[in-house]
Amino acid sequence: MTRISLNVDGQQVADDVEPRMLLVQYLREKLGKTGTVVGCDTSSCGACTVHLDGRSVKSCNVLAVQADGSEVTTIEGLAGDDGQLHRVQEAFRECHGLQCGFCTPGMIMQTVDLLNENPSPSEEAIRLGLEGNLCRCTGYHNIVRAVQHAAGTTDATEGAPA
Amino acid sequence: MIPAAFEYVAPASVEEALAALAEHGDDAKIIAGGQSLLPVLRMRLNAPEWVIDLGRIDSLRGVRDGGDHLAIGAMTTHHDVGQDPLVHEHALLVSKAITHLADAQVRHRGTFGGALAHADPAGDLGAPALALDATFVVQGPGGTREVAAADFFVDLFETAISDDEILVEVCLPKRAGWGASYEKFVRIAHQWPIVAVAATVRMEGDTIAEARIGLTNMGSTPVRARATEQMLAGQPATEEGVAAAAALAADGTTPPSDLNGDADYRRHLATVLTRRAVLAAAGRS
Repeated sequence: MTRISLNVDGQQVADDVEPRMLLVQYLREKLGKTGTVVGCDTSSCGACTVHLDGRSVKSCNVLAVQADGSEVTTIEGLAGDDGQLHRVQEAFRECHGLQCGFCTPGMIMQTVDLLNENPSPSEEAIRLGLEGNLCRCTGYHNIVRAVQHAAGTTDATEGAPA
Repeated sequence: MIPAAFEYVAPASVEEALAALAEHGDDAKIIAGGQSLLPVLRMRLNAPEWVIDLGRIDSLRGVRDGGDHLAIGAMTTHHDVGQDPLVHEHALLVSKAITHLADAQVRHRGTFGGALAHADPAGDLGAPALALDATFVVQGPGGTREVAAADFFVDLFETAISDDEILVEVCLPKRAGWGASYEKFVRIAHQWPIVAVAATVRMEGDTIAEARIGLTNMGSTPVRARATEQMLAGQPATEEGVAAAAALAADGTTPPSDLNGDADYRRHLATVLTRRAVLAAAGRS
């Protein structure tokens, strides 16, 4: 067992973990943060995306021991303390950027990272930026619209089916 | 899927890492960003007894101006290399290839040295490193030594790094003003290329003065398209001239056949992608 200590969604935590434990397992099974989901388990789908020291990573492809001393933000840490949703969460709700919702935590975490780096991305930049996140329901159109809405580059209802 | 159990050590210096490697030898694997190794461990294709993590060695991160070359620390992430203004100015081909490498999340974790040491023939950095005549600096118990790119890639997932050595730095000769393009053919977004072509050219007016071309996934290691390079040198950058030279791109290669395409298909792809890459690098498309 290896001792790790890190900050997750603003809370300092410390645990003894097996070195082989994946960060996503640690978040879900040790900390109960099941908002971060396991999709493909092969680092393809991006459903498990969290921020590690401010950058998006696939938490199924990081060992918990590698996150020792780091700051982790999951989908559960995005909203304000008063429950006020993050503007990207709001935008996904507003534009219905989901169907079954399984990919949504990862889509939102990747979108936050994308907008941190490029606050006004073109549609192409959005599609490229979300390349590592798979959605098997929506065909991506409303997801792209949600990102544009969060970025303030388009109106939520623009182009939406009547 | 969860890896088999292993012991873990995260040394704070290259010397400590080399000591751990000397101690655990064959039973150890080095982890850099882990974006290739962790999937392998999770699928239990490998089950080392020890994992030595280079992630705590700060001296292995960053891009340094070495005068006539850029020195890229082996643990610099793809994202940081891709965003680096020095790399953009002096090794544009690397910047271009990185935009096509995996996806944003993987680029935040994966490292320049880790990907090259992994030596996947379908990896996106081998062909640019070879085309640019990179020099690989490896450190072992007896100190550091330099390996030329042409000698670095030995075979499938095999490099000139010895079992008791660690890749610490990759040096790229400065080539300011060269045009560059990385043309990658994939079936699915953010996947490995079926074939990709890394091309960089130095123009003199409308003429291609020099061309350097590396091919990805056209053999067990990255390879240079030497015949094409030679035919392009001194030629005007016309559609016809470039197409004629690109037709030689697959000469002497031994591409694999798999579910994504057989060897003949890959040879054809190499000629098409080389034409596109050279024209783009020459500013003609």
